[in-house]
Amino acid sequence: MSSTDLIKVHLKVWRQDGPQAKGFFEDYTLDEVNTHMSFLEMLDVLNERLMKDKKEPIEFDHDCREGICGSCNLVINGVPHGPEMLTAACQLHMRHFKDGETITIEPWRATAFPIIKDLVVDRNAFDRIMSAGGYISVSTGNAPDANAIPISKPDSDSAMDYAVCIGCGACVAACPNSSASLFTGAKVSQLSRLPQGAPERKKRVIAMVDQMEKEGFGDCSNFAECEAVCPVGISITAIANMRTEYVKAVLG
Amino acid sequence: MEVADKKYTFNWDNKIPTGPVEKKWSTHKNNIKLVNPSNKRKYNIIVVGTGLAGASAAASLGELGYNVKAFCIQDSARRAHSIAAQGGINAAKNYQNDGDSIWRLFYDTVKGGDYRSREANVYRLAEVSNSIIDQCVAQGVPFAREYGGTLTNRSFGGAQLSRTFYARGQTGQQLLLGAYSALMKSMKSGKVAVHTREEMLELVTVDGEAKGIISRNLVTGKINRHAADAVLLCTGGYGNVFYLSTNAKNSNVTAAWRCHRKGALFANPSFTQIHPTCIPVSGEYQSKLTLMSESLRNDGRVWVPKKVNDKRHPNEIPEDERDYYLERIYPSFGNLVPRDVASRNAKIVCDEGRGVGETGLAVYLDFRDAIKRDGEDAIRDRYGNLFDMYHKITDDNPYKLPMRIYPAVHYTMGGLWVDYNLMTTVPGLFALGEANFSDHGANRLGASALMQGLADGYFVIPYTIGNYLAETKPGQITTDHAAFDQVEKEITEEISKLLSIKGSKTILDFHRQLGKIMWDKVGMSRDEDGLKQAIAEIQALRKEFWTDVFVPGKAATYNKYLEYALRVADFLELGELMARDALERKESCGGHFRLESQTPEGEAKRDDENYSHVSAWEFKGKDAEPVEHREPLEFENVKLTQRSYK
Repeated sequence: MSSTDLIKVHLKVWRQDGPQAKGFFEDYTLDEVNTHMSFLEMLDVLNERLMKDKKEPIEFDHDCREGICGSCNLVINGVPHGPEMLTAACQLHMRHFKDGETITIEPWRATAFPIIKDLVVDRNAFDRIMSAGGYISVSTGNAPDANAIPISKPDSDSAMDYAVCIGCGACVAACPNSSASLFTGAKVSQLSRLPQGAPERKKRVIAMVDQMEKEGFGDCSNFAECEAVCPVGISITAIANMRTEYVKAVLG
Repeated sequence: MEVADKKYTFNWDNKIPTGPVEKKWSTHKNNIKLVNPSNKRKYNIIVVGTGLAGASAAASLGELGYNVKAFCIQDSARRAHSIAAQGGINAAKNYQNDGDSIWRLFYDTVKGGDYRSREANVYRLAEVSNSIIDQCVAQGVPFAREYGGTLTNRSFGGAQLSRTFYARGQTGQQLLLGAYSALMKSMKSGKVAVHTREEMLELVTVDGEAKGIISRNLVTGKINRHAADAVLLCTGGYGNVFYLSTNAKNSNVTAAWRCHRKGALFANPSFTQIHPTCIPVSGEYQSKLTLMSESLRNDGRVWVPKKVNDKRHPNEIPEDERDYYLERIYPSFGNLVPRDVASRNAKIVCDEGRGVGETGLAVYLDFRDAIKRDGEDAIRDRYGNLFDMYHKITDDNPYKLPMRIYPAVHYTMGGLWVDYNLMTTVPGLFALGEANFSDHGANRLGASALMQGLADGYFVIPYTIGNYLAETKPGQITTDHAAFDQVEKEITEEISKLLSIKGSKTILDFHRQLGKIMWDKVGMSRDEDGLKQAIAEIQALRKEFWTDVFVPGKAATYNKYLEYALRVADFLELGELMARDALERKESCGGHFRLESQTPEGEAKRDDENYSHVSAWEFKGKDAEPVEHREPLEFENVKLTQRSYK
């Protein structure tokens, strides 16, 4: 490994002992960061050093580290998931940072996502939105043959484009209003494109939108920051679809 | 049950129904005891884990009217590691008119598992596979479709038919979100309560029966008690014992291991699947390995240079100096040989010095010819997200350069021993999905894990649990029972002990060291000397862990490293059992390759005479030797042959 693959980075990391505690930025410097490391591996290395010094490591959420589970939730230099488009923080690599750069790391910030510790937040509000109506009510064993209802490839592909949401919450973190419209709109859009979703179409959108408001997420004002940071590229058309569905449901 | 050998008494009834294999499941369903609909609400069921098996089981049991409590360690049930499965899910629909049938899926799965699984369980799996696809489509899972609107399929390793359903490279995600949506629906109806960030740390038994669990709230650190009439373990596999694997960072064996210590036999613990197509290790800091779906082998060609130590750029190595070794050795299956065969061959060519990349521990997976044949757009349509992922991680463009891949630990076929009803040797404790051992033998075929998880959760446990509950009086044990006091005390002391050691090594130091022992000596090839060394080294490492580990922070807070320490402590016990199991099984089969047992061509050589059985291990104490029991495997339908993919 040549020395050009190593960079020095300064970190400003949000530390907060608990939900009620006052948070602050703590500074760290890592002298030799291999640029092939992932961002989370860089944090692992820092935590190892802290523990060797008998200090408390930085808490952050992570699990699959493949960009699919949606656990990681870091705001890096002010941008949810950091500087790379279509990339969750766990798939961001240190090659995208400069030697000597200062990197600020914060948790998602939104009223509906209270901080648990350091960079870890509570996202249970998303489960409650899903529970309000983000499903098709088919009990196990009730299904007809899978090919009984043909679905055109464009409709199916479009449903899939919305279904790939990983539920990370970057859309909320990026939104000046902390709106969850992209998240909710994606599920509404997926299910409204499929014939299976039709029977509950109206009920679903109303229940999910109501729950979203109850949870303390803000309204959408078309900033489109959500679309810009979404690690899986959910289009903001999801929100337009949700609004159309909502209006149709309320008026019809 | 017939006794296989005096030394290995097997006393447990596997409850496999009599009669022809095609009729066993329907006969069994007809004979299963039922719980009256109005009585179901009196029963409490705990489901641990919310992956495909757990979410589907919890939702289905809630729909039936039981009271269900579901637990997951993540902040949402949707994040369980099933979400990361890429390739697909098998079913015997025969939509392609290529001659598929339940029988063929059954046969391929038994053969793929190198004849170390139970015929009856596998047949049932194949039988319910079609209902899974129906169920998922009804839930709104957007499987890939043809322009005519019907579902499409692709082929996967170890099969000569197209029976794999998929949703781009995110099939696991879409299936899990389907099961999660069913779980959210049940949550709304009040029949299922979902406890997120809550980890099971112990099983509570009363008179040998499962009656509840002790869990830790991962946010507050509070130890909680939950009583139930049955406990379902849906906690996935234990590949992270190797430190580096394709499993999510938090995947662990703790819940299953604690059940094993409470009397559940652990079956075939050494049966580990090493997946051939993963992104190679890049450095010491590596925290996990990333799988590239096996589906890539449909179009990618695996090769290494013919010459040893050939450092040329791959695109500069001419055709006649490339060795497409899988196509050469296995002309009829080519790049689509089963995973164990593909992995072992990658290791062999790298051991010969023909590996590529900086470390020499990689082989090429080349799409050049597929792109030439079908065009870049077609390849992007099929694998776009996988190519993007590869590009993000390695900074190489796989449309222009062959991918570099190497095998990595991916799945564990072993798990808690279960009978045909999925009940372990602890009455009232069930194990579903990857957490049990029953369906994949010594090697799992691609696209069969998703099938098994959902089969167990949607279509098996809702029936078989009735058989146990119908004979169990509901709500007999409550959390004020002395058994809960005792177990809570033990776990609280264990946590205090870990925090008080304040040693000089980090948890990661131990985990990495354990992983290295496991990979080198209990990995892709195993021999007697290595396994004996592994056992001694793990024992020493375990002692060192309990005297020199540093666990930061406090018990009663969010403390991810404390969670991690508890999990590594259990991996340090499991690793030894895996080595013992591998040592005891002197044959090669599937993913278990004993250097002492190979054919002249270097393929795995089974010994059906002596090892056609399930090894089920009984825990005898932390530092006592475990006892092996053997359940003989009977093959009435599939003829045992030396597996050949040539």
